[in-house]
Amino acid sequence: MIKTGRFTPYLFLLPGVVLLLFVFGYPLVSIFDFSMRRIRVNVGPYIGIANYEQIFKDDVFKQAIQHNVLLLAAVPIIVVLSLLLAILLYERITGWKVYRTILFLPYIIAIPIIGVVVSNMFQLNGIVNESLRTVGLGNAALDWIGSPQLALLTIMGTIVWREMGFGIILFLARLLSLNEELEDAAKVDGAEWWQRRLYITIPQMRGVIEFYGVISMITMLAWVFAYIYAITHGGPGNATVVLELYMYNFAFRNALPGIASAVAVILLVITLFLMIPVFLLRIREQRESEDRL
Amino acid sequence: MSNLTGELTVQADTTAPLRAAGQRHLLRNRLPMHITLLIFAFLVMLPAYFMLITAFKSQDEYVFNKIGLPQTFTLSSFETALRGGRFFLWFGNSLILTIGSVLLAGSVSVLAAFAFARMQFRGRNLLMLINTALMVIPPVVMIVPLFLFLGEFNLTSTYQGAIIVYAGLITPFSIYMLTNFFKTIPHELIEAALIDGATIRDILRRVIVPLSAPALVTMVIVNALWVWNDLLIALVLLPKDELRTLMVGITVFGTRFNSDVPVTMAGMLLASVPMIVLYLLGQRYFIKGLIAGAIKE
Repeated sequence: MIKTGRFTPYLFLLPGVVLLLFVFGYPLVSIFDFSMRRIRVNVGPYIGIANYEQIFKDDVFKQAIQHNVLLLAAVPIIVVLSLLLAILLYERITGWKVYRTILFLPYIIAIPIIGVVVSNMFQLNGIVNESLRTVGLGNAALDWIGSPQLALLTIMGTIVWREMGFGIILFLARLLSLNEELEDAAKVDGAEWWQRRLYITIPQMRGVIEFYGVISMITMLAWVFAYIYAITHGGPGNATVVLELYMYNFAFRNALPGIASAVAVILLVITLFLMIPVFLLRIREQRESEDRL
Repeated sequence: MSNLTGELTVQADTTAPLRAAGQRHLLRNRLPMHITLLIFAFLVMLPAYFMLITAFKSQDEYVFNKIGLPQTFTLSSFETALRGGRFFLWFGNSLILTIGSVLLAGSVSVLAAFAFARMQFRGRNLLMLINTALMVIPPVVMIVPLFLFLGEFNLTSTYQGAIIVYAGLITPFSIYMLTNFFKTIPHELIEAALIDGATIRDILRRVIVPLSAPALVTMVIVNALWVWNDLLIALVLLPKDELRTLMVGITVFGTRFNSDVPVTMAGMLLASVPMIVLYLLGQRYFIKGLIAGAIKE
C-alpha cells in the first residue's frame, strides 16, 4: 500500500463515484419512488401500490412472467451442453483450438444481427423448412416464428445457441486451471474416463458451475430483450412478451413510466435475490485473499 | 490464465508397445469426441453459412436456390444495402458512442482501481462490494429514470447523454478487472519510484499504466464489444433517426428489406464483420476479458 494523505484516495475515486451515482445510484432509488406514482411526463401524484395492483391484474403481465419462467427451463440445457463441450475441448484433441474459436463465435456476434438472421432462416419458406422438405421431413417444416406455440421455443433455441459460447469458455478456463494430480492418481487407480470426469473433474468445478447457472438465470429474466425485439417484437399476439418488453412498452409506447418502474422494481428484486448465493461466495473469497496478504 | 493455451503434455515414462496400445485406445475414445464437436461446430456455423451464401445471391436465385452455394455470384445486394449512406451513418454513430464511452469509463476506472488496489482508506471493502454488485444489475432496470433524467437536462438524443450512460454501465466491470490486475504489480517497483522522488501521479502514469497494457487492452475490447452490440440503450436514448446506431439500424433494416432476403443478409454480414475481425485478431484478449469478471486470476 502507498502512504497517502487522508483524502487522496477519495479524490481518485471521485469521478467514478459521481458517474456511478448518476447511472446506477439515482435510477435505483428513483424506480421505487416512480413505481408509487401516477407519472405523466416526469411528475405525478403519489398513489401507493396502485401500479403494482394494476400489473398483477393484467393478463399480459402474467403471460410475460410465464414466458420468462419457460425460458428459465433452458438454463439446465445451457449449463449441461456447455459443460459437456468444455470437457471435450479439455481433452485437447487434434484441432481443439479451432473448435474453441468456432464454438465461441456466436457470443461475439451482436444479438440484433443474430435475431435478424434467425428470423429469416426460420421463415415459413426459409432455409430451415426448405432443408427439411429436401430431406423428406416436410411434416417437420413448421411455422417456427409465426405460430404462438412455437415462437418462444424458437427464441429459446436461439438463446441457448448463443449463450452456450460463454459457458464453454468459462468452464474451459476453469478446467485448464485444475490440479492434475488428482486426475493422474485416479488414472493409476484405473478409473474410466467418464468416471474421472463425473467424480473428480465436475465436483472441482462446482463453484464456477453455480456461478454460471445463476448468471444464466439472470440472463433469462432480464437480458433477453434484444432477442425478442429483433426476432418477434413480442408477437405473434403476446406470445413472446417477456418482462423486459412489457416494461419497455409501458414506458415508451404507452408513456406510463410509473407502471414501467413497478416492473423494474420487480426485476431488480428478483435479480438481487438470485445473486445472494454468489455474493456470499465472493465475500468469502475476498476474506480469504485478505487473510493471505 | 496463461495455461489457457497449454498444449498436451506427453508422458515419457511408458514403454513403446504400451504406448502404441495406449494410442489405439485413445483413438477409439476420441472418435466420438470428434464427432460430437463436429456436430456442434456445424450447428454453430449454420447461421454464418446462411448469411454468407445468401448475401452473394440475387433475389431471383434465392427464390429457387436457398440451400446451395450461389450459382451466379453477385455483389448487387451489398450495393442496395449501402445505397443512400444510412449504413455508414449508423456505423459512424456506433463508432462515436463506443470510443467516447470506452475512453470515459477507462479513465475513471484507472483512477478508482488505483485507489482500490494500492491505497488504504475507510470503506474500501464496502465500496468494492457495492461495485461488484453493480456488475450484475441489468441495465433495463435503470432505463426509465435515466430516460426521464436525461430529458430534464436536454440530453436525450445527444451523443453526450448516451456516452455518459454507456460509460457508467461498463465502469463497474472495468474497476473490478483493473483493481485485480493492479494488485499483481510488484510493490518493489512502486517503492523504487517513491525513493526516486516520484509523486502519486507519477506512479500511476509512469509505473502502473505502462505495466498494465495487457489488462487495458482486454478492458477496452470487452467494453467496446458491449457498447457496440447494445440495442436497448440506443433504442431508448437515441430515438432520432440521424442518431441511430448500427444495432438499432439493422433491426429496422431487417424489416424494411424483409422480402429481399439477400439484401438483408448482405447488411447483416457488413454489420458483423468488425467484431468478427477484432475477435479473430485478439481472441486471447476477448476470452481473458470475458472470464475476468467470473474467475479470479
